[in-house]
Amino acid sequence: MAEHKEIDQPTGTEKVGHEWDGIEELDTPMPRWWLWTLYATIVWGVAYTIAYPAWPMIEKASDGLLGWSSRGDLHADLAAEEERRAPMTRAIAQIPIERLPEDSELLRFAVEGGRSAYKVNCVQCHGSGAAGFPGYPNLNDDDWLWGGDLQAIHQTLEHGIREPGNRESRYSEMPAFGELGILNRDEMNDVVSFVRVMSGQDSASNASRRGQAIYDIQCSSCHGADGTGNRDLGAPNLTDSIWLYGGDRESLYRTVDQSRYGIMPSWGNRLDPVTVKMLAAYVHSLGGGEELVEQDDSTEVDTNTDDAPDPVTQNERPAG
Amino acid sequence: MNDQPANLTDRETNQFFEARKKVFPRRIDGSFRRLKWVIMVVTLAIYYVTPWLRWDRGPYAPDQAVLVDLANRRFYMFSIEIWPHEFYYVAGLLIMAAIGLFVVTSAVGRAWCGYACPQTVWTDLFMHIERFVDGGRREQYKLDDAPWGPKKVAKRLTKWTLWLLVAIATGGAWVFYFADAPMLARELFSGTAPQTAYFSIFILTMTTFIFGGFMREQVCIYMCPWPRIQTALMDDQSLQVTYKHWRGEPRTRGIKRAKAMQAEEVDASSLLPPGDCIDCKACIAVCPTGIDIREGPQIGCITCALCIDACDEVMRRIDRPEKLIGYTTVEDEKLAMAGKVPEPPLKRLLRPRTLIYFAIWAGIGLAMLFVLGNRSRLDIDAGQIRNPLAITLSDGDIRNGYVIKLRNMEQRPRDFVVTVEGIEQAELWTDLQSRAEATRQIRFEVPADSVARRTLYLAAPAEGPERSDILFTVTALDDETATASAPTNFNRTGN
Repeated sequence: MAEHKEIDQPTGTEKVGHEWDGIEELDTPMPRWWLWTLYATIVWGVAYTIAYPAWPMIEKASDGLLGWSSRGDLHADLAAEEERRAPMTRAIAQIPIERLPEDSELLRFAVEGGRSAYKVNCVQCHGSGAAGFPGYPNLNDDDWLWGGDLQAIHQTLEHGIREPGNRESRYSEMPAFGELGILNRDEMNDVVSFVRVMSGQDSASNASRRGQAIYDIQCSSCHGADGTGNRDLGAPNLTDSIWLYGGDRESLYRTVDQSRYGIMPSWGNRLDPVTVKMLAAYVHSLGGGEELVEQDDSTEVDTNTDDAPDPVTQNERPAG
Repeated sequence: MNDQPANLTDRETNQFFEARKKVFPRRIDGSFRRLKWVIMVVTLAIYYVTPWLRWDRGPYAPDQAVLVDLANRRFYMFSIEIWPHEFYYVAGLLIMAAIGLFVVTSAVGRAWCGYACPQTVWTDLFMHIERFVDGGRREQYKLDDAPWGPKKVAKRLTKWTLWLLVAIATGGAWVFYFADAPMLARELFSGTAPQTAYFSIFILTMTTFIFGGFMREQVCIYMCPWPRIQTALMDDQSLQVTYKHWRGEPRTRGIKRAKAMQAEEVDASSLLPPGDCIDCKACIAVCPTGIDIREGPQIGCITCALCIDACDEVMRRIDRPEKLIGYTTVEDEKLAMAGKVPEPPLKRLLRPRTLIYFAIWAGIGLAMLFVLGNRSRLDIDAGQIRNPLAITLSDGDIRNGYVIKLRNMEQRPRDFVVTVEGIEQAELWTDLQSRAEATRQIRFEVPADSVARRTLYLAAPAEGPERSDILFTVTALDDETATASAPTNFNRTGN
């Protein structure tokens, strides 16, 4: 390489030896400060790996003289964020859940906080978009087994559904009509026919008329004479378009035959009260949330839940 | 002549790195020098004064005429306020700046480098400070060669202190563009300004100090990308500082000898008539990048034209016509060498290349002005929630969700109404309401100069096409002509 070098006559500089379309490159020396810049970057690089964690050891990387770690940064950031949120979370802790909508800023904060808590704790069963799966309710719709106002959602979250050993957990069980031998095959088929008529999927038939008689005896105590369900018992509304396990004949038959119901853990002993409240606000905000009917009189909530017409009125409203 | 800089080409070969040749240009006066003074004063005045101009925008916005408000993501320039989603205006300005350089370079060569570039302006300022402290060129070289002693230390410290003061003023002025200038100034002096401000000032002070004081022409030659690009933008009709070798060569030596020889018009030792160049090296002495313009066009030449001033002075003294070194184009150079008359300057400026560059530049500018004049200060975005897309409600209706962004870009809180078109019987409600409260339109109050982000739900009967085109429209309650729309879809199936 070096032996072929030529000297450029006008400048007296060596040529690099390349030629592109008659243009040749001179081997002009770099300025010396550039050399020193290179040395400085090398020194900097070595010093940097000493000051910060870098060198791989057997167990872990060297700690670095400055004691810096990205985990430490994260903890500091989280603490600062916690500090920033403290006034809002304190306010949420103090306000009863049903009064949250009175402060729209607080409600907005709770919804956003609930959104992130949902992503961690709830997506496993209810899906990332809260659209659910068969057996795991869709939280976007307006059909609620146990009630869809803030208080009812909060209660469900706090104590769960059918959680073993939790006395305050919401509880109900549908009998497995087939497996227990209460109804035979034909009777169950007739009931299924009637339920499909009730929900407007089929028109009345002989089978459905036979099924209605069985329904009145076996089912109406929980699902209501008109089939609109009972939220005190978590008994689904059979007249609407929403089916937790599917509304086709096969699914309905299996439900009657074997009985199906889900279990949701109580979150009151897993998450802090503020997070549970924020989750309730978020679930309520997904589009199907209902208004609290007797909003201002929280002491009468107990009597309210005994009121049969309550769910009915809820159902009548959007139908128009 | 020991005050002449070492010839750039006079070096040992086989050397990979070489020490910088120090350049101490001689002071010169002349028409181009005076032009440089004017441009320096004007550009520095614009730079230092702009942040202190006030502009009343009412109680909801800062009253600084030019302000880059990074924290609130707003850019204020007199009556214009740019939001982040309008960043294309800034992109447009940057494109205009680039094409503006094309226009200037294709027309008058590296005028930007020679007169307006910050590196040139501050280097020039630093050189004047240097001469003020150390004296003229001869003293500067002498002092540079002298061993370190009390006098040299004192002079160096004085010079560096003055440079640092200028550099601090430079860095300090820059941060004022990013915060309320009077308030930040008070904070800076009381020590309560944000860390970022001090850090920015420190960085800009050090870069100004080092680039203006020590790196100087090295920034132009080794670090700056413009010279490479500019070379490609220039053609045979672009102006450049040219040594008219056809007039100057062969060189004669010394004024007396030159005068004698030129009187005879015959060089005793050659058959050629003597040239006008007397090889006095004044052009080299005044050059801030330390080059010899007589070697032809080169990357070190920033066309600052100080060599023209220097040469003209000499030409006047030896009674020869001026502009032995002057702005010339390659075309004119050819004409002159063939003994013809150069083209008039205007004809050289107005040629397809410059006109096309100028048309593009002006087109972008006019388009931006037009868009700026017609832009709405109200905007709506509607993003459909796709997870889940369509939800069946208990009565069989279908519900879709949308994230609506309302931008109220005026300096006052305003009430807006959002409506939807495209579907009969559409019911709207927000995520803080329930369907029982659904209506045909939703009212929002949006605070001054801010964006409201809201979730809207829309329910409609299941009967209908799988997908309908719908249009969200926002209308200001106080002014029905202030509206904006966002198209989106309503899906009846999905998930």
